[in-house]
This record gives sequence, structure tokens and C-alpha cells, in this order.
Amino acid sequence: MLRASVGGEKEVAGTGANVGEVLRDLATNHPATEPQLFSADGELNRYVNVYLNDEDVRVLDGLDTAVKDGDVLVILPAMAGGAR
Amino acid sequence: MSTSEAERTRTSGAELLRRVKSQIDEVDPSEVNELLEEGVTLVDVRGSEEFATGHLPGAKSVPRGHLESRIDMLVPDRSADLILYCESGNRSAYAARTLKDDLGYEHVRSMTGGITLWKDRGYAVELPRTLSGEQRERYSRHLLIPEIGVEGQQKLLDAKVLLLGAGGLGSPTALYLAAAGVGTLGIVDNDDVDLSNLQRQVIHSTQRIGIPKVDSAEESIHALNPDVQVRKYPVRIDASNIVEIIEGYDVIVDGVDNFPTRYLLNDASVRLKIPVVSASILGFDGQLSVFKPYEGPCYRCLFREPPPAELAPSCGANGVLGVLPGTMGLLQATEVIKLIVGIGEPAIGRLLLYDALAATVTEVKVKRDPECPICSREPEEISDEELGVFPDYEAFCAAAG
Repeated sequence: MLRASVGGEKEVAGTGANVGEVLRDLATNHPATEPQLFSADGELNRYVNVYLNDEDVRVLDGLDTAVKDGDVLVILPAMAGGAR
Repeated sequence: MSTSEAERTRTSGAELLRRVKSQIDEVDPSEVNELLEEGVTLVDVRGSEEFATGHLPGAKSVPRGHLESRIDMLVPDRSADLILYCESGNRSAYAARTLKDDLGYEHVRSMTGGITLWKDRGYAVELPRTLSGEQRERYSRHLLIPEIGVEGQQKLLDAKVLLLGAGGLGSPTALYLAAAGVGTLGIVDNDDVDLSNLQRQVIHSTQRIGIPKVDSAEESIHALNPDVQVRKYPVRIDASNIVEIIEGYDVIVDGVDNFPTRYLLNDASVRLKIPVVSASILGFDGQLSVFKPYEGPCYRCLFREPPPAELAPSCGANGVLGVLPGTMGLLQATEVIKLIVGIGEPAIGRLLLYDALAATVTEVKVKRDPECPICSREPEEISDEELGVFPDYEAFCAAAG
């Protein structure tokens, strides 16, 4: 769902010391992702999950979760396609 | 010929039996009867025809001829408390020695007097329901897998599975569950078959364009397996009818195409404690997870809220690779069968992300949210008014049209 906002890429590189910084970096480079990721008050939207490797960052330290080189963030918006 | 070999060739059957019985532990039927409630594992080592004439309650059938090859699968734990029995207590004695000496089971006992003495003492005997000759043939490939077997097939035949949607995901799921012999399939769908459906909705056909999907699905299911009872619900599921429709089903297959119904289904299924096998698809991407109320997270633990309508990928017509709902629908059917038969590791607390273009499956963990607005509470605390409600529900539906 976010792919269209990053020019169709499946994986993009980002930099930062924690999850929040990496996502901010993504939003800066691909402004179309900004409103999808963040709510007006700068928090991660409730309908978007971010996983550091395979763990939900909300059960870690949220946007403050530290990241290191080579870590993979999976950004997962809710989707409901199915029956029709 | 040495002396010992000479002795061995002269050993009579009766002597061998005495020797074997002196090397193993035996247990009296009265003690077995008391142990029944404590979860002891009972293994019937007689032939399958003998087993079919009646067996101890809850006993597993492992004919002695298949003992070495099948026991691992049924009782992998070498320290399990195992009681073997046969007709009179002799075959189970030999089997007990094999399990103890050759396969390393630590707590094996053989029941003295077998099922004959058990019956003489007046203890309960369970009569297995048998499959008809035709069923034995139809499901023969299931019967050959020890994880399913007659017992598992019987569970499938007794099972009631509800499919929400006879569309992309529901089509393959319904067909394979019908083929597998799931006894009752409920189908909720208020659409008619459309030409544009046929790129992926393989349960329907070109001849049946324009007829209700529930009728078209029923026709295909019966053509494949007349054993299956189909219950049709040609309605749109909403807060007023959901509880009535889903109540009594063992498993629900969620292939719905919109968020309001997904949340509604989640809340109602948590209240009724019915597991939901959920999948969604878009483009080349599929997601799958099993939501088993109170054992794992629910859909609201995964996504507390749906995205706003303008970002919701479910709204409007979206493209999808025709094969993808087949892939995801069959993963759903697999999870349904695992839940019914009680085998394997269902995808509870895990979300599988399938990327068809990359041919990769990524897995992420989903935990129960201790603050989940629904499943952090007792089922009876969830009121009718709360089902499927989320902030901006009205606005969401209006915008989504």
C-alpha cells in the first residue's frame, strides 16, 4: 500500500539511530508516506504496524527503539481485500 | 550348534511369553480405569478390525504390526505414561517390551487380561463410529496419514465451518474443505456471479453468471462431494445478524473485503470464542493469520483501528493477481483442517506475509494486547452495541460508500 508512495519500491534504505528517526528519514525522502505513517501529533498511526526484524516495535520501545546497521523494518498497513 | 542357540530354538511360545511378562510392568484394569481421567495415554495394539468392534475410551489405535513405525508420530514423548492393551494381554506384553527395550519409552505398562477382562469388570467401552465403504475410499489418502486417520476424518465430517464470502478467497477454500469432507459448510454472500469474478473465483462458472454466488457455490460443492451439507446465507453480514449466523460454527474463514465487517466479525467471534482463519490479498501480496480468542491475539490486537477510508486499500476496485486468492485461500483451508483435527502449529500469534512477486514469506509476531478494547475483557462483558464499533465508524462507512 505504501509502495506507490515510494515510487513502487519494495525495499528502501533509511538511516537513523532509532525506529522513529528511520521513519522520519523515509518520510523526508518520500513525502507521500508521511500522512500514512504519522498522525497529526507525530505518533505512529494505529492502523500501521512497524516490525523490527519480526517484533512489533510497540512491544519494544516504540519509535525510540534503537536500530543498528542491517536491521530490517517491516512497515505493515492494515489491508482487507478478499471476497469480491 | 552352541548350547544357548539350542535353548533358544527349543523355547516354546508359552515360555517366551512368561519371560517377556517378567521383563515388563503390568497394570490391572481397575487401576487403568482410575487413571483414565488423569490423561494417561492408552494404546490399542490390536488390528484395526478388532479396534472397530469397540475400544477403551480415548484409546489410540496402533496395530502391533505398525508399532515401531507409527508410535513416534502419536506419542513422541519418551517419558509419557503409556498403557498398552490388546484382547487378552499377551500381544500388548510383547509390544510393551519393544517400546521399552528397543524404542526407549520409560513408562510403558501392559494391561493384564486385555479388553476382555476390562469388559468382564463392566468398565466403559467406546464404539467407534465407522466410515462407510464409500467414505473409506473417498478419504483413503487422509486415512493413510497417521496425523489424520479415521479419527481425524471423523472430526472433519463432524465439523461446521463458516465461510464469509464465496469470492476470491472463499472459492478455493470451500472447494478444498468440501473435498476434505468437512461435514457442514456455511456460506455467507449476497452477490451474484459476475464475469469479472471468474479470473479467480473458481467455484463459479461461465454458465452460472448472474445467479447468486451461494447457489453457484452449492452446486460445485455437491458435484465434488455430496456428503457435505451446505447452509446458504444470501445476506450482507451486519451487527443485527452476525451473532445469529456465526453461533454454533467451529471455525470461521474470513475472506471479507472491507474493514467494518472485519472488525464486526472479530468482536463477535471473540465473544463467542470461535477461532477465525483470516487472510487478505491485494495486488501480489497476501496476509494470513489465525485468531483464536483468548489463546492468541485478536484482529484488534493486530490493528487497533482501520485506516481512514481514503487510505483504506479495500475501498473501490483493486487489482489482484488471479492466482493469489487461490494461494492464500488454500493456506486458510490448511489452517482450518489443522484446527479441526488438532494437529501441527496453527498460525496463532503469527502473521504470514506472502509476496508473490518475490516468492518470499515473511513472518512477524503478533502479541495479545493487554489493553485490547475487546479481547482483554471477558466474553460476557462485550455488549451487542459494541460489536464492530470503532472511532469514526459512521464517517468511515460514508466515505467508503
